[in-house]
Amino acid sequence: MLGVKLAYLNLKEAGLRTWLNVAVLSLTFIFIVGYQGLYVGMLKDSSRAMIDEEVAGGQYWHKNYDPYDALTLEDSHGKIPVSLEELINQKKATPILIRQATIYPAGRMQTAQLRGIDPAQTIVTIPLSFLDNNKEELPVLIGTKMAKAKNLHVGDSLIVRWRDTNGTFDAVEGKIVHIMKTQVQTIDSGVLWVPLDRLREMTVMPDEATIVTISQDVSKYESYSGWPFKDQKFLIRDLTEMVKADSVSAKIMYVILLFLGMLAVFDTQILSIFRRRKEIGTLIALGMTRTQVISLFTIEGVFHGVLALVVSAVIGTPLLYLFSLKGMPLPQVTNEYGFALADRIYPVYTAGLVFGTAALVMVIVTIVSFLPTREIAKLKPTEALKGKLA
Amino acid sequence: MAIVKIKGLVKRYPMGGQKFTALDHIDLEFGKGEFCGFVGPSGSGKTTLLNVIGALDAPSEGSTVVLNEHVETLSQKKAAGLRNHHIGFIFQTYNLLPVYSVYENVEFPLLLLKIPKEDRKKKVLDALEWVGLMDKIKSKPAQLSGGQCQRVAVARAIVKRPELVLADEPTANLDSENSYNILEMMVKLNKELETTFIFATHDEKVMKYLRRKVHLVDGKVTKDEIIGKGAQ
Repeated sequence: MLGVKLAYLNLKEAGLRTWLNVAVLSLTFIFIVGYQGLYVGMLKDSSRAMIDEEVAGGQYWHKNYDPYDALTLEDSHGKIPVSLEELINQKKATPILIRQATIYPAGRMQTAQLRGIDPAQTIVTIPLSFLDNNKEELPVLIGTKMAKAKNLHVGDSLIVRWRDTNGTFDAVEGKIVHIMKTQVQTIDSGVLWVPLDRLREMTVMPDEATIVTISQDVSKYESYSGWPFKDQKFLIRDLTEMVKADSVSAKIMYVILLFLGMLAVFDTQILSIFRRRKEIGTLIALGMTRTQVISLFTIEGVFHGVLALVVSAVIGTPLLYLFSLKGMPLPQVTNEYGFALADRIYPVYTAGLVFGTAALVMVIVTIVSFLPTREIAKLKPTEALKGKLA
Repeated sequence: MAIVKIKGLVKRYPMGGQKFTALDHIDLEFGKGEFCGFVGPSGSGKTTLLNVIGALDAPSEGSTVVLNEHVETLSQKKAAGLRNHHIGFIFQTYNLLPVYSVYENVEFPLLLLKIPKEDRKKKVLDALEWVGLMDKIKSKPAQLSGGQCQRVAVARAIVKRPELVLADEPTANLDSENSYNILEMMVKLNKELETTFIFATHDEKVMKYLRRKVHLVDGKVTKDEIIGKGAQ
């Protein structure tokens, strides 16, 4: 208690020097929480979008299906197991047939992926109702990135060519019936969504699928031979890994900021010990042990951290709250990044993030405050009383 | 009964690759209630001797027993305990804690002794009354004159009723009137509380008050003079 009071009074006496340290530490803390919150928000938002629009409760993949190898698509189709079919009939799953195709927008040949899906399904939230509109031409739903990349607009027609199960090429005229806005790259770039029945008919693959997406309401997943189950965690792993990797680069900035903050505290501690040698000598003469004096100076340093957290709470709370409401707009260029990003990222501050960062700041401040105080142990009280360093 | 026994005390300091002898085979004893001092020119070893008695410095040779504790073998922690419980210090430059008020400065040694709040308050107010600073309780050292600061330092030294008070040039920064007041106060405390006062001084004003003067020259005791009642 004695040390705490004396430390508090000394910090008060130090005035501007204290507040400069506190300001640097507070800004560091607020910046870390705010910036890290963006990553948490980005991961949460992108995960939600991926789960809602693509992954749902998980997927059964045809055993040959490998999303990273387009050549496997040729053989990635098969009859859906009967019990899985029952799940589909109960509207707890939806089959998707994926086939390679070639499209000719404005006469230019482009590769694409045809994805057949039941327009009436409710498992993933893609605006599939548009696919029912046109019975004559092949109704095609695309995403904004695809539309931009291929210069396609609603109402545009394009030739779609594919190979059926027998290897025979065929073609049909498709019509863009809707361009959906999605941040999920994998259901957008290079993908043409068409009605499942039409695609099965076109490819002569009745009752077949490449993947079967399961509702989030299904809690128990059975295994089917030739159809391995991929859970949510697996399906969003690329996103998680990408955010983690980006988070590492952000952490380098935190380390630099923390380093600057800690440098200020370290410098203050060194200066304090240098300027207050006489006081140290007096405290020892009055009966304080060196350990008590070291504790006193360490507490003073730690107080910078405590004050910084208080200031951060006062200034940072409304600031970060406002930031979480308004979000951070992303420039158009981020559309080219190749991963799911919304137009605006809303940071999410978890208790773990806030308290974890606070704990990290406090631990580092404590260490940095303690290190210079070891000089006190070397100080001779008789020299200190004279204001000299031994 | 001797509360300080010094035998064959030698204190050497390293200086420019050689050893400088600050105290050279000192043999002294001080009893309870003495009002005495080390006198001599600068560099004669007065402060060094005071520091050894105060367990702030360890002797190079010989033995120094203060209140039955051998200073030369005391650990840092035990030395702190000895100072904390039994020794009061008064410095030439007062050495008050600038962030504390007068009350808090005087209270500080009692806080280290973990004395209960009520008891602490009584002792602090008593000490401040002795030194006549009841009206400055809330003032900070920066708001006080030199004489007032030294009175606070005296109050801080005697608040825990130590057996021994060590005063290093306590009047060196004070004018005659303040020096007189401080010394009168110390004499009064010495009489009323039977506290042993040991000074290190070359101030004639202080010397007049001493009942025993130990003359030091070049680290050696040249004369141990019993004066009787001094200027009291």
